[in-house]
Amino acid sequence: MTDAMTTAPRTEPEPPGPPTAMRPVELMRWGWRQLTSMRTALALLFLLALGAVPGSLVPQTGVDPVQVAQFKADHPALTPIYERLSLFSVYSAPWFAAIYLLLFVSLAGCVLPRSRQHWSQMRARPPRAPRNLTRLPAHTEWDTETPADVVLDAAEQELRRRRYRVDRTDDAVSAERGFLRETGNLVFHVSLIGLLVGVAVGNLLGYKGSVLVVEGDGFSNTLSRYDSFSHGASFDEAGLTPFTVSLDRLRVRYQVEGDQRGAPRDFRATVSYTSEPGAPPREFDLRVNHPLVIEGTKVFLIGNGYAPVFTVRDSTGDEVFSGPVPFLPRDGNNTSDGVIKVPGARPQQLGFEGMFLPTAVIDKDLGPISDYPDAVIPRAVLNAWAGDLGDASGVPQSVYKLEKKNMKQIKENGKPLAKILAPGQEMALPGGQGSVRFDGVRRYATLQVAHDPGKGLALLASGLALAGLMLSLFVKRRRVWVRATPVPGRRTLVEVAGLARTEGEDRDGLTDEVAQVTSALGHEGAVRSRRDEED
Amino acid sequence: MASDSLAQISNNLLYSSMAVYAGAMYCYAAELAFAPRRRRADEPPVVTDRTLATVGATATSYDAERGTGRDEPTATTAAPTGDRSDRLGRIAVALTALAFLLHLGAVVLRGASAGRAPWGNMFEFSTTGALAVTAVFLALLAKRDVRYPVRYIGVFVILPVLLTLGLAVAVLYTESEQLVPALKSVWLVIHVSAAIIASGVFTIAFTQTVLYLVQDRMEKRGGGPAFMTRFPSAAALDRAAYRMHAFAFPIWTFAVIAGAIWAENAWGRYWGWDPKETWAFITWVVYACYLHARATAGWRGRKAAYLALLGYGTFLFNYLVVNIFLAGLHSYAGVG
Repeated sequence: MTDAMTTAPRTEPEPPGPPTAMRPVELMRWGWRQLTSMRTALALLFLLALGAVPGSLVPQTGVDPVQVAQFKADHPALTPIYERLSLFSVYSAPWFAAIYLLLFVSLAGCVLPRSRQHWSQMRARPPRAPRNLTRLPAHTEWDTETPADVVLDAAEQELRRRRYRVDRTDDAVSAERGFLRETGNLVFHVSLIGLLVGVAVGNLLGYKGSVLVVEGDGFSNTLSRYDSFSHGASFDEAGLTPFTVSLDRLRVRYQVEGDQRGAPRDFRATVSYTSEPGAPPREFDLRVNHPLVIEGTKVFLIGNGYAPVFTVRDSTGDEVFSGPVPFLPRDGNNTSDGVIKVPGARPQQLGFEGMFLPTAVIDKDLGPISDYPDAVIPRAVLNAWAGDLGDASGVPQSVYKLEKKNMKQIKENGKPLAKILAPGQEMALPGGQGSVRFDGVRRYATLQVAHDPGKGLALLASGLALAGLMLSLFVKRRRVWVRATPVPGRRTLVEVAGLARTEGEDRDGLTDEVAQVTSALGHEGAVRSRRDEED
Repeated sequence: MASDSLAQISNNLLYSSMAVYAGAMYCYAAELAFAPRRRRADEPPVVTDRTLATVGATATSYDAERGTGRDEPTATTAAPTGDRSDRLGRIAVALTALAFLLHLGAVVLRGASAGRAPWGNMFEFSTTGALAVTAVFLALLAKRDVRYPVRYIGVFVILPVLLTLGLAVAVLYTESEQLVPALKSVWLVIHVSAAIIASGVFTIAFTQTVLYLVQDRMEKRGGGPAFMTRFPSAAALDRAAYRMHAFAFPIWTFAVIAGAIWAENAWGRYWGWDPKETWAFITWVVYACYLHARATAGWRGRKAAYLALLGYGTFLFNYLVVNIFLAGLHSYAGVG
């Protein structure tokens, strides 16, 4: 990235084309020059933007696996092509990695030599005054009776005051400022490498898991307790902070009326936690945007729902199940779906499939549905199945889905048994097969636990990148020369000239600066501004 | 409810500001239409100090103030048509300032009615974003840079402002309400305000880039409609567009970083390739391409300008398509 966001006019010529016959070393050199050229960097940068596009249009496994499954089911013909192109995981695809890794190699290959160059430039003296100052973009001259060395002393002082680096020769003062521009440019690009490292560290060592906790229950930070868990390649299970969190109470508030009726307004979980076994429990008010931090691991409240409480009795009249069953919300009004599995029921295992409606209404077309997300008119709608749940087969099952292969729906008078239950109501299964009672409802919170050891570095690198970027865009790099030549008749000819070395800088700024230096030297007069290249 | 009446006043102010904007736009257009053809393409057009008197600044001569005594003409001897044109231009600026105040009032009252920052949904983001565009334009006018007569681009600034406001009231309108819990954070103020300011500046930069491309073609062909000679030269437009982009880019960068910090604090990851994040990244990369292209031989000029237009295109895609059609964690548009 030879000219990355900088001011300096390009000095290097474009890399020449490959010689007709090259030795391997030459070929490698040529290839390296190509890779680190600005054109290549530009092309790679553009490819990076282009490559990021499909990931926003095709569902991504890392973002929403359910949508990916749906897409695959809907587009059986496209799926193999998309899979071959890693389009379901664009941002971890080899071709995407190839783009950004090449870009970073190109960046490093340009920033490193350029840092060396900048280092020596910073220590070098400002360039000597050109012989003909009138050819510079801003120039002025006048006669004075002040001796030449007095003028130059004053010029040196003034330019130092303006934070120029100044060099004095016999007849002239050379001054240069704005080195921070290139420094900022280099800091920006090096910080991007730092950012990449931070991201990589987080991806390798970090973890993220989600866990559903019903009011009154708790969880401890162990792998087996998580409902879903993903971690980096170098993650070590022993590194999990041994904290426990229990959900004492979850309060929710929704918009009551208006065109946003039912929109969430406030979710608040009161939790008690211990940072290690045996530590005294402490209370925390967990909210969205207000995570609990335990030794660098963060616990977030990212969702909530209802866990209706059921009691199931089998044909013997024994209570074979009792407790809360988390149902998953399906829409904005928390119409929720779930199942109750009762493996201990006899003579056959029982299963119930149902809906929970926090504010139940009967819709003409959709049937029973929830009309508002808070629990105002809580109802459970259940149907029942008997047979083999398949839980003994060893195949892992979803707790939210009934495996119906070996189950038969329980019917009454030839129609599937289904009932809408209010809290306390019971649905008897025909033929003395047992009963299910809807006892009431508890809320649950979905907690996300995340640990990312690279995020501090990523944040630091981003901050430095931003600071460097601003320096590289806003610092103005300028050179100013003041020459004082004694002329016969005990007079002195003073010349002040300036050169802007900044992309897109308006000449007015430079002209003003030269005028101000001129005025500081005790002369008021017009500065001639050459307007070549423009207009 | 008091907050409801505040929201109602806010809506009325917004409609009033749209009417005044429309008036300003016609005046800018008429100014161009009655503009006398300038003698030289590089000659800076009519006075800016008089322009400024209308937005409340004291009229000082540019040269007197800067003290540089440069030899460029700062005022042309006004021909009769030039006078009429100039008067229209000054009326246009006055109307823009008035529309801005009404618009500002609408945004402030909207925030007051909900008791929060006025950018909690897409309607509010649009109205506040349009306000940012006008604010940047007025700031440029206030700079009264005689070398870059910004007033002449007025019609092309007010047009997108009006289009945005029209879209906001006709399609995106949402009643003034409280926020969903996900948006209740100090980062809403930091992250979204940065995004709004950056988008205001990018919009002006976009206008300048389009005008640069048109003007550049005119200059190369050696002729075009009379009003185009009123615009700054292609080189001046290009430089101004670059400065705007260079100003907006760090703000956009900051908006993305602030968004990442917020995401980390809300969801436990600072970057998740959510569609909104992805397109913010794409916009960033394309504008980075533009800034690099300007420093690369063979890319500066028109090619770099096309990259800038593409950058704005990705921004618009994020604002319109991603907000409304691509589901993601940033689904706060409130558009039914």
